[in-house]
Amino acid sequence: MSDAIKKDSPAADTVPAQRTGDDKEFLSVRNLSVHFDTDDGLVKSVDGVSFDLKAGQTLGIVGESGSGKSVTSLGIMGLHTSERARIGGEIWLDGEELIGAGPERVRALRGQKMAMIFQDPLSALHPYYSIGAQIVEAHRVHNKVDKKAAKKRAIEMLDRVGIPEPHRRYEDYPHQFSGGMRQRAMIAMALVNNPQLLIADEPTTALDVTVQAQILDLIRDLQKEFGSAVVMITHDLGVVAEIADNLLVMYAGRCIERGSAEKVFYEPQHPYTWGLLGSMPRIDREQTDRLIPVKGSPPSLINVPSGCAFHPRCPYADVPPDNITRTERPELQQVSDGHYSACHMSREQRDRIWTEEIAPKL
Amino acid sequence: MTDPNKKTPVSSEARPDGSEPLLKVDGLVKHFPITKGVLKRKVGAVQAVDGLTFDVRPGETLGVVGESGCGKSTMGRLVTRLLEPTGGKVEFQGRDITHMSAGKLRPMRRDIQMIFQDPYGSLNPRHTVGGIVGTPFRLQGVKPEGGVKAEVQRLLELVGLNPEHYNRYPHEFSGGQRQRIGIARALALKPKLVVADEPVSALDVSIQAQVVNLLDDLQDELGLTYMIIAHDLSVIRHVSDRIAVMYLGKIVELADRTSLYEAPMHPYTTALMSAVPVPDPRRRGAKSDRILLKGDVPSPISPPSGCRFHTRCWKATQICKTTEPPLLQLKTGHQVACHHPENGEDQAPGDAPLVADVITVKSVGAGAPEPAAAAQAEKPVASEEPEESAESASVPDGKGAVAPSADAEDEPKK
Repeated sequence: MSDAIKKDSPAADTVPAQRTGDDKEFLSVRNLSVHFDTDDGLVKSVDGVSFDLKAGQTLGIVGESGSGKSVTSLGIMGLHTSERARIGGEIWLDGEELIGAGPERVRALRGQKMAMIFQDPLSALHPYYSIGAQIVEAHRVHNKVDKKAAKKRAIEMLDRVGIPEPHRRYEDYPHQFSGGMRQRAMIAMALVNNPQLLIADEPTTALDVTVQAQILDLIRDLQKEFGSAVVMITHDLGVVAEIADNLLVMYAGRCIERGSAEKVFYEPQHPYTWGLLGSMPRIDREQTDRLIPVKGSPPSLINVPSGCAFHPRCPYADVPPDNITRTERPELQQVSDGHYSACHMSREQRDRIWTEEIAPKL
Repeated sequence: MTDPNKKTPVSSEARPDGSEPLLKVDGLVKHFPITKGVLKRKVGAVQAVDGLTFDVRPGETLGVVGESGCGKSTMGRLVTRLLEPTGGKVEFQGRDITHMSAGKLRPMRRDIQMIFQDPYGSLNPRHTVGGIVGTPFRLQGVKPEGGVKAEVQRLLELVGLNPEHYNRYPHEFSGGQRQRIGIARALALKPKLVVADEPVSALDVSIQAQVVNLLDDLQDELGLTYMIIAHDLSVIRHVSDRIAVMYLGKIVELADRTSLYEAPMHPYTTALMSAVPVPDPRRRGAKSDRILLKGDVPSPISPPSGCRFHTRCWKATQICKTTEPPLLQLKTGHQVACHHPENGEDQAPGDAPLVADVITVKSVGAGAPEPAAAAQAEKPVASEEPEESAESASVPDGKGAVAPSADAEDEPKK
């Protein structure tokens, strides 16, 4: 199956192949695809996504709802059931391929070497067990320690993520925690085994800004302390600008731009990225009269538009000649070192539009 | 109840044009009782809104920001009279609607409309779009020129929907389009005041901008007055002329947009604004000091005494614990309820600071602190570090005296 999908999506060829663990990439995703069979047709939630992540670095995955960012992260964690999802491509974690590995192996890694923080801590924590018991379980599944040592470790983690009186709060249930505290508890649970890869799926979306700032700070500190690789999934460009070294922008299940945060924010190459930047009111800039939204709405993943999936919403769809935006899917191409973009427009056209038309209005 | 309006020189003289406010709110209070047992004995109250005084002028946009649980949505529901206030007064166009009966209120309803947050929950899935947008006409007995259908189609076009979608059902639309349906319904009867409760927070970024622009255009076209309630400070800045910042059921600051964002006076506003993530990776390396508030918002069931923010405020002194600061106009068009405002004259100089230093401020990004130091900073307040107490001892009351200068702001950050 993965072979069949590979043929469809030659995107992987444009990406320098670094697939083994002997270089510095800690996580390498190659041409990942996750398709779901539904009654309405095949939903291509993720369709050929590739990226690399080094230990100690943070990758931000940005996109709107339905762009496939969460499905990508669940794919890495091996949380799609094989009956429902068709998964293709390769995921290399520290030199070990995960898609071909058996579920037992992935389970052994999950929570140990890679861990995840979910968006909604109230539904991700079990309401029936105390916070402490849940953290202890996560620890004891992967480590042969007695209850006492596990409890000590759990309290230590609760303390580390900034929960006051961890000895007392250890006994508490999720509903007795506030939103920010629950998120902290979930971070404690994710980090209890010192994972080398931490995936955070919209970890602060449900939180207030002041709490969001606390949590982002915590993730940053913990990353520095443990040297973990972090994948931060969010729709908020402000959050990724705070925390990510590299960015991956997703649209309709594909990566349309990726590069260092600096490049993507200052020399964005894809009209969709321009649209995202123009859509946001910014607190750090002079007040603008109008936002520059992207017209239309995100496409259905069952009927992804032909050619460039963004063409129905793209104001520059007619810039490239021969109607190519409607007939041919653009592949990721290197713009500069480590900066890739999937757009049919030439580099000169994009640079001109960005510097003359878009950037002055932001 | 507290009476914050005693010392507040709000109302008419503050307005340059001297026109009557469209909506006048005075000492508005809403307490939700907490009951216990079979007899529903009242054991306490959630003090959701506790003494709000403000007005909304015709043609302006008043933005209301605050964290979850600060009472902003309750306030929206009180001024639209979806809830009945426990105390205080709401006047709309000079008429007292505070305790008006549902029957008497009905004719007023066409002038005050509401846009809701959730575009999924606020549209009846079994009604067509035409039916939903046409309902206000039926309920108010209004017969628009050219018939209801033509008018509904005109409204759909106005909000950027295809008028041919008249017979479709809400599930056939995307989130952004549904929000537009909600807006069309709110505008059907040509209201004077539109209260929008988180109108864009459920939408994707690119769609958010469309709806913000639409609200903007409609205001110009129809001369609407908005009260926009949101938690997103960037959105609020973009849409509002004046902004009220709420904390635990109180307005802590009410000011013109530029004044508020350029020189916030309430420490809470400062903290709130510094917490907004800025979409600019270069700012990370810069020395942007972020004020990290400790802990969570206290419970509105038993809010702190005095200034409700004193438990989390780094400028708090003894008076903050005992006396509630009134909402005072300290600058033209800038009201703040604080004893020790930033960017302004100290209201209680020389007062002894509270001992517990409740916040940590650190520079974020490149020069981020050592993990160990960070670990300490994250620890609860109780374990006060020696250098911290030494520092607060070294600035006993001088802190208040020099408050207006920038140095005062920097002091606790070291």
